[in-house]
Amino acid sequence: MSAASHDAHHAHDDHEHGEGGAHGTLKDYVIGFVLAVILTAIPFWLVMADVLPSHQMTAVAVMGLAAIQVIVHMIYFLHMNSRSEGGWTMLALVFTLIIVVITLAGSMWVMHNLDTHMMAPAPHEMREVP
Amino acid sequence: MSPDLVKTIFGRLTWDAIPLHEPILIGTFGVVALGGITVLAALTYFKVWGYLWREWLTSVDHKKIGVMYIILAIIMLLRGFADALMMRAQQAIAFGDAAGYLPPHHYDQVFTAHGVIMIFFVAMPLITGLMNLVVPLQIGARDVAFPFLNNFSFWMTVGGAITVMLSLFVGEFARTGWLAYPPLSGLAYSPDVGVDYYIWSLQIAGVGTTLSGINLIVTIVKMRAPGMSLMKMPVFTWTSLCSNVLIVASFPILTAVLALLSSDRYLGTNFFTNDFGGNPMMYVNLIWIWGHPEVYILVLPAFGVFSEVVSTFSSKRLFGYSSMVYATVVITILSYLVWLHHFFTMGSGASVNSFFGITTMIISIPTGAKIFNWLFTMYRGRIRFEVPMLWTVGFMVTFVIGGMTGVLLAVPPADFVLHNSLFLIAHFHNVIIGGVVFGMFAGIVYWFPKAFGFKLDPFWGKLSFWFWQIGFFFAFMPLYVLGLMGVTRRVSHFEDHSLQIWFVISAFGAVLILFGIISFVMQMVVGFMKREQYADKTGDPWGGRTLEWSTSSPPPAYNFAFTPVIHEIDAWHDMKQRGYQRPTTGFIPIHMPKNTGAGVVLAGISVVVGFAMIWQIWWLAVISFVALVASAIIHTFNFKRDYYIPAEEVVRIEDARTEALRSLA
Amino acid sequence: MAHAQTLTEADEIRFHTTEEHHPENGTLLGFWIYLMSDCLIFAVLFACYAVLGRNYAAGPSGADLFDLPIVAVNTALLLFSSITYGFAMISAQAKKVKPTLAWLAVTGLLGLGFLSLELYEFNHLIHEGAGPQRSAFLSSFFVLVGTHGLHVTFGTIWLVTLMVQVAKRGLGVEMKRRLMCLSMFWHFLDVIWIGVFSFVYLLGVLK
Repeated sequence: MSAASHDAHHAHDDHEHGEGGAHGTLKDYVIGFVLAVILTAIPFWLVMADVLPSHQMTAVAVMGLAAIQVIVHMIYFLHMNSRSEGGWTMLALVFTLIIVVITLAGSMWVMHNLDTHMMAPAPHEMREVP
Repeated sequence: MSPDLVKTIFGRLTWDAIPLHEPILIGTFGVVALGGITVLAALTYFKVWGYLWREWLTSVDHKKIGVMYIILAIIMLLRGFADALMMRAQQAIAFGDAAGYLPPHHYDQVFTAHGVIMIFFVAMPLITGLMNLVVPLQIGARDVAFPFLNNFSFWMTVGGAITVMLSLFVGEFARTGWLAYPPLSGLAYSPDVGVDYYIWSLQIAGVGTTLSGINLIVTIVKMRAPGMSLMKMPVFTWTSLCSNVLIVASFPILTAVLALLSSDRYLGTNFFTNDFGGNPMMYVNLIWIWGHPEVYILVLPAFGVFSEVVSTFSSKRLFGYSSMVYATVVITILSYLVWLHHFFTMGSGASVNSFFGITTMIISIPTGAKIFNWLFTMYRGRIRFEVPMLWTVGFMVTFVIGGMTGVLLAVPPADFVLHNSLFLIAHFHNVIIGGVVFGMFAGIVYWFPKAFGFKLDPFWGKLSFWFWQIGFFFAFMPLYVLGLMGVTRRVSHFEDHSLQIWFVISAFGAVLILFGIISFVMQMVVGFMKREQYADKTGDPWGGRTLEWSTSSPPPAYNFAFTPVIHEIDAWHDMKQRGYQRPTTGFIPIHMPKNTGAGVVLAGISVVVGFAMIWQIWWLAVISFVALVASAIIHTFNFKRDYYIPAEEVVRIEDARTEALRSLA
Repeated sequence: MAHAQTLTEADEIRFHTTEEHHPENGTLLGFWIYLMSDCLIFAVLFACYAVLGRNYAAGPSGADLFDLPIVAVNTALLLFSSITYGFAMISAQAKKVKPTLAWLAVTGLLGLGFLSLELYEFNHLIHEGAGPQRSAFLSSFFVLVGTHGLHVTFGTIWLVTLMVQVAKRGLGVEMKRRLMCLSMFWHFLDVIWIGVFSFVYLLGVLK
């Protein structure tokens, strides 16, 4: 946000201006909806019909499709772009994603490392051990 | 009445909850009650209730809310410090056959309450208060982005403080240490209300903290005066921005973790239990993901204060402005990568421990860069050793020692020896007192004339500084020694008499700090008595450099009659250099937010919800929760939230200032 | 602003605005930042599920419990409510009060449908002896999914409040801003749900 953008804002001082450009059109919503339906249907199909040869591949596919669908929602439903609110929403999102990744990956790494060293029961043993 | 009915009506609350058998608590209660009644009677006698309610309690003015935050912090400081004195006294006498005067169950509550109060209800309100007071003035704004939310946040913080204070006289507080690790804080080992008081007070205050963080971020992002690009923002505003980013990105984690702990306690889930697959270490892991950024939430604004003070009192532009900004941003991000150093000993492997040890050492680099920036600002400066500058120099000496012991603790093998020892206690008091407390005191003395229109008494101010500085070294250097000898924290009784002398020295230091606190209050009392003599009519008592000094002291409700336009870092210094003339004509009406009592009401109901949940009075919990939601909804139907200060009013205020300035010339 | 007689630098450089200065409204940015903080609450719950989600304590696992057709219906309900809310926003932009209210009502009903199905599922699990107290896996499952459900509940209450306000006040700038906030909240919950059905249900059934 530079001095220039302030002045530009000042030039047309209408109250609607503060609303930002974050409105979707009908087309946006329909495209987003269709993509979301497809991206939801595929993982359910993959799991329920047991299509892929290994569970690991299915898991990777499910998580990959979820990540793509999150992006679809961000763009078509939440109208994210790098311009709205002077780029601050995007910055906040990127920062949050970094923290989320640190929290998730860090916790899993730390706790898994702990379990390994403290010889906690493995998952298949945990099924039996109360 | 049948016992079942009584239990339905009162939950766990019985007469036993009132600690009639604890003489210390009864005495405290007597003093608090007497003091409270005196204050209430005085307020009634002088008929100031209406004034207080209209002008302060319901105010959405960021300056008044800031002042109220700081008053809350000072009151809670007295409580938290009383706890500290009790601990020091107990540890100084409880050796061998002497059991001391605090039984263990009481001592455990005292150290828990001390930690919780000092962090959440002293340090946090101090930084939030100072940021509230100063940031909008520094960026040339009329108020914060969401004025009502600001008032609501303040009252939620007060609500949390009230909940903690209630535990003193109704029931008990947690005996778990300030982070309430499970399984000790789980239902199996802490079945009583102590941990519930802990959870609910932090949850209520946490709502306020998070919302005020969002509020200040949006204020800084959206409401800067024209021309103030990011790299022209005052450093205090920069550190406030980063601190609030940390608040918003870490307090939700605390909220979630405490919610999981309450779920274990109220619903019988198994997150942090020892059986049914729960894992207590997950709690420790998660709470420190909040806990380490919290340290930087506290210290970054203090760094900002020091930057402002150093450059003002050295009459120089801050050395290395951009490196200061980058260092702050780097600290903000790195603070999320070090949390495991709080529990090296839990049993992770070498890879995990060395990763977090190294990140911890890396984070000391930007901090060190800041110290050099301050030193180079002072170099060849025209230094005036006024009280804020004393605190700053004191900070640099003290904080460097604390920082170095911190790097020492960051070495995992060393930490295995020093973990949970008094060395650690000495270390974090060294950085929190030397950094945060000294910083906030410097800030309070520095901006007091801006808030109230007169300076504080410098004699008592200097006395306060020296008592704190010397008292600090007496109180905490012995703890380093004891920690190296292997003495652990949170112990209420010792067998080894050879340790006693160190504890006695430490207790002596605590008494010196007590004098420091008394002198701190005295500088306000004496300053108030001599307010004519110390009056600041110019609005710029220290030869300041940033925008807040361009308006009157205290500033009018609207802060600036015309929104300033910024061309340089140190905008006010730039304006003075270029012969800026204050506008005296052409005033226009000013659009301002209206006061509202909704914040007080919502926070009050939240305390009732918390109290009902603590004592498991379910009917009250349900009713008050419904009332809370209903009040919030009703508040959203209030659309008349602003008004205009008429031009005549602005003219009257600005003419009075013109007159005052002319009489000085 | 002519207050200096001689021509100095201060004449050329303006140090204050002379007309009323309106900072941009910060509500949408503020609300977005709130959503980001909410996102971290869910991050903690997901982290707990990731770490504790296999600690079955000799109890049932996801493969034993989860009923994917129900989850699929739930996902569909939430997805439909997203696009109906989108239609409500498009009507609101066009300042058409009645279609806005109608689409909001449809959205609310879909939300209620989602909640009823979720309650049915929870109730079913608890009656099977697979309540949140059974194991750390079930604790983290119930609390993660339940927190999402609580958010939907509050979203629905908020939606009804806004419907009343739109009916009373029409679609001015302020009401549109409020609808926009709820829109972000509602779509955000859908994004969280993507994580829930993929990570918790689908992967849970796999192993």
